[in-house]
Amino acid sequence: MSVLKDLLRDGKFRLGFIIICIILFLGILSFFSPYDPTRWNVVPRDLPPSLQHILGTNSQGQDVFWQLTFAIRNSLTIAIIAASFSRIIAIIVGLIAGYRGGRVDRVLMGINDSFLVLPLLPILILISSLIKGRLSFVTLGLILSAFGWSWDARVIRSQILSLRERDFTYTAILSGSKTMSLVFKEYFPFVIPIVFSTLINNMSWAIGMEITLAILGLTNLEIPTLGTMLQWALSYQAMLLGLWWWLFTPVITSVFLFVSLYLLSVSISEYLDPRTRIQRIRVIKE
Amino acid sequence: MLRRYLIPRFLQYLLVIFVGVTIVFFVPRLTPVDPVQQMISTIMKMGTYLDPKAVEQMTESLKELYGLKGSLFEQYLAFWQRLFKGDFGPSLFRFPIPVIKLIGDSLPWTVGLLTVSTFLSWIIGNILGGIVGFYYEKRWARVIESIAMFIRPIPYYVFALIILVVFAYLLKWFPLGGGMPIGVRPSFSITFILELFRYAFLPLLSMVVLGVAVTLQTMRLIVSNIVKEDFVVYARAGGVKKRLIAFKYVIRNAMLPQVTNLALSMGQIFSGALITEIVFSYPGMGTLLYNAIATGDFNLIMGIATLSIIGISTFILFIDLLYPLFDPRVRYR
Repeated sequence: MSVLKDLLRDGKFRLGFIIICIILFLGILSFFSPYDPTRWNVVPRDLPPSLQHILGTNSQGQDVFWQLTFAIRNSLTIAIIAASFSRIIAIIVGLIAGYRGGRVDRVLMGINDSFLVLPLLPILILISSLIKGRLSFVTLGLILSAFGWSWDARVIRSQILSLRERDFTYTAILSGSKTMSLVFKEYFPFVIPIVFSTLINNMSWAIGMEITLAILGLTNLEIPTLGTMLQWALSYQAMLLGLWWWLFTPVITSVFLFVSLYLLSVSISEYLDPRTRIQRIRVIKE
Repeated sequence: MLRRYLIPRFLQYLLVIFVGVTIVFFVPRLTPVDPVQQMISTIMKMGTYLDPKAVEQMTESLKELYGLKGSLFEQYLAFWQRLFKGDFGPSLFRFPIPVIKLIGDSLPWTVGLLTVSTFLSWIIGNILGGIVGFYYEKRWARVIESIAMFIRPIPYYVFALIILVVFAYLLKWFPLGGGMPIGVRPSFSITFILELFRYAFLPLLSMVVLGVAVTLQTMRLIVSNIVKEDFVVYARAGGVKKRLIAFKYVIRNAMLPQVTNLALSMGQIFSGALITEIVFSYPGMGTLLYNAIATGDFNLIMGIATLSIIGISTFILFIDLLYPLFDPRVRYR
């Protein structure tokens, strides 16, 4: 709790936190939706925003506001699946490479660097164009996680490399603790904060990728996500027909979502870096 | 220098290509979908009746076409062999034009967009970021920084869409899409070049603005750390001119990690260029890829994925080879 309090002192974190709370609230609202998001023609079509339909309705006869709540929930679910699985891969690769060192490290980091520089979009398109129709959002999350781990594995590895040289490692080894317990008990507390700050970055990457793949028509368009909402609005030419509320809702929401996630991750990584933390405390004191 | 710098880089280059091509080869084979069956069912759906014998013949020839004959290992070797010959088979949506020809036609557009935008955003971003980082306590520096902070996390697609809606739909200053006016023959006249520029402006703008935001932020972070280093404090105390400190002492040092960062983010920038092209229907590889997806042209998607892996890793190798020019420490090692 005190960590949260410290973080909230930072203006960036406060802003990001408020926006993400509003977005989360919208996502939770989806559980109370009066409409089924997959059904069409439940409300009159093409209505502009009014008191009854806060964000208007679209050409499929759906209420844009309630559609948005489902979209947020599903997009965040995909992001969390993708980010948490890729975290597991990153931790395993980072720990092994950092702890074993030598040849294992060189081989793992060679592969890791290849993943880092490969243009992922064409590869993801290749995969998802093959399993087009069957791409549920869990599968999508898993596919994204298979490609989103390389940068963070590198960060974790370098952290482990520096931990390995510290005295407490030798103390632990000499006092006979096993490798596994050393890694989990001693190293994990140092690694967890990094994992958390990269988690947010990775979530925002996954949401962006989902939008991109949905626009290309490569995900299951029945499930409302931020990407598929945008895709439907574009394929119905919402802008040309003057249905701006339909197109702008997912665009503006996603921009807010990305900015808030970014603000949170910047603020958390500044907090984790002791040098800037000292600076901030000094600024507050002055 | 050769042994300690160039050879490891070259090995890494080969490894990237190996890993990338291996992924591109194996992943489609791990999915439960059979491209041959998919192709046949698309043909059947169009209403053509095929008797079982014809289906069998077609399966055979399609298998040959996709390189699906023999054991997995044989297929893998054959895949590499075809790769060296630059043979990705014919395109299916514009049969029988070979894939390599289609890619070759759209490549200049992508290369043009990518190099111009990368170059511009790297230069502008570093200069702006250097200045903002050097004067990081000033008010205007903070304003620029926070603008960059709000632009940076927006994905290429969403940002390009916003630019398109604002400048092409609402203000109508620029064309909605395409690479050049329809019915105009390419020539070296000034009007044609101006037209080319007019069509390329919005894609360039959206890529450069995003690129500048990223470069600016990393550069600011590096510079604001270097400014606190002892040698800068000492130079200041010794009365070296401020401009001299900024350019010769600080920015020069900060450029080096930025070269590495550029090499590392090239893959992402390339993916961004593909997406931007799709939004503006710019006639490069992105739009080609979009058509390939829409028509289910497996060969073409495969060819684009493989060639972009090779292209991007070659580009990164090129940056790595240029690095000693910037950093004398590497040169003399």
